[in-house]
Amino acid sequence: MSEKIYLYPVWIRLWHWFNAILCLLLIITGISMQYSDPAYPMIRFDWSVSIHNIAGIILALSYICFFLGNILTPNGRQYFFRKGIVKNLISQARYYAFGIFKGENPPFPITKEHKFNPLQKFSYIFVMYVTIPLVILTGIMLLYPDFLVIDFFGNKALHITDILHVMMGFIVSLFLIVHIYFCTIGHTPLSNFKGMINGYHETH
Amino acid sequence: MIRNIYHILGVVFFFSLFLFQPNNIQAQTDQAQRISEYAEDNQLCFSCHGQANYYYQNDWIEKKVKERMNPYFIVDSVEYYESNHWNFSCRDCHSADYGEFPHSGQLRMEPKFTCLDCHAGDEQFAKYNFEQIDEDFHKSVHSSKHSEDFTCWMCHNPHSYKINARTNENMADFIQYDNEICLTCHADISKYQLLTTMENPNVLVTHNWLPNQVLHFKKVRCIECHTQINDNILVAHNVRPKEEAIKLCVECHSKDSRLLASLYKYQFTNERSITGFSNEAMLEESYVIGANRNYYLNVISIGLFILVFLGLCVHAFLRIIIKH
Repeated sequence: MSEKIYLYPVWIRLWHWFNAILCLLLIITGISMQYSDPAYPMIRFDWSVSIHNIAGIILALSYICFFLGNILTPNGRQYFFRKGIVKNLISQARYYAFGIFKGENPPFPITKEHKFNPLQKFSYIFVMYVTIPLVILTGIMLLYPDFLVIDFFGNKALHITDILHVMMGFIVSLFLIVHIYFCTIGHTPLSNFKGMINGYHETH
Repeated sequence: MIRNIYHILGVVFFFSLFLFQPNNIQAQTDQAQRISEYAEDNQLCFSCHGQANYYYQNDWIEKKVKERMNPYFIVDSVEYYESNHWNFSCRDCHSADYGEFPHSGQLRMEPKFTCLDCHAGDEQFAKYNFEQIDEDFHKSVHSSKHSEDFTCWMCHNPHSYKINARTNENMADFIQYDNEICLTCHADISKYQLLTTMENPNVLVTHNWLPNQVLHFKKVRCIECHTQINDNILVAHNVRPKEEAIKLCVECHSKDSRLLASLYKYQFTNERSITGFSNEAMLEESYVIGANRNYYLNVISIGLFILVFLGLCVHAFLRIIIKH
């Protein structure tokens, strides 16, 4: 019999799904622009540009909500590391690589105080506090290239900014795939997805 | 110690001002230093045609008279000596009889030269392929809609025109110069209506659909989208009707970008650079999304995607197998 813990308050669930839709839109339109080809058009280039720009601005606003939410609510504490970071990371990685197949119990069971395991915490911090801010910053620079990039750093800065933006976008895409896969590791393959809809996490 | 560092920095900054002068400043200095061998002869013409007002002694009324020069007959001497025709005498192209004042009424009938009168069939100008330019120009909407009224001089003022595509190393200047040629008429109703009774559309409004409009206007020339490219000439002259203008973004924003056959034709090299960028010729001046891709980054990202995907598939497979 599984136990249910209320882990995800409404604002986090709303922000999460909203953020997921925006990220998907940005990734699809981003790929469509970066690899545009008249012979194999994915999405019309001008539509991609418009959708990408609008979704990017909304993502930046949504990130401010996430940031403020984590400052103003106890949820921010979930992103603090416990002592022995490296040891904990290795222990969690070992579990995913071997322990899970041997039927071992997870080394860091999910509780109300610690809803992320060390690997989750590490990847979420990296994505939410390094990658997303960088992708937003470079995105704003690309949105106003004449004003923010060329005037201060010259023409060459534009492609360096864009490469950085594309690289960060790539990391977000990779994260998305890994994130979706690891969400299937729950009480049932769909229980974590349901949890992000109703707010309750089912323990093993 | 700190004072010494300031001194060193001061000296470095001072010399850097000379070291990092843009190329076009050097070019301007070169232009300013050249003196036409006909400067003295031409000065006679510029004394009237180089100014808004001219003066002459009217023997009938025995008085010095001030008259306004017809604006279409004013030639800016500074622009002239910076232009391609700088080392010509006015009388090379205009009748020597203009040396007399008042000019004879007969001189109004003087035929005007066209570009091909001097530039056709001359080996010195073979690389410009003026014959092909002329052929393309006659196919263009400018020539076909306006017939003989529209001549080369409409865009290329012989008294001020200077070639850009091969010589100007400052791409921003080169683009601005070329676009100003179009805007001379297309942004000025009085000039536009010299040839037509149509209303001149507002260029900013008609290009409203263009994302990042200001950036496009600064980074590409009007002719990039409004002409049919001809591989035999550097600058396309077959301006198409507005309905045929390129509106498909991927024509430029793709690996086989149209810009390589137009704006960057002179710089274009087909080889991938050492840094792995496709269409590197563009990178000096701009970054064109879709056209500039990095080969190595592409390979690494695709490789990583495949590795992660395979890793997850193996993990999922093992989970399913072991569960059963």
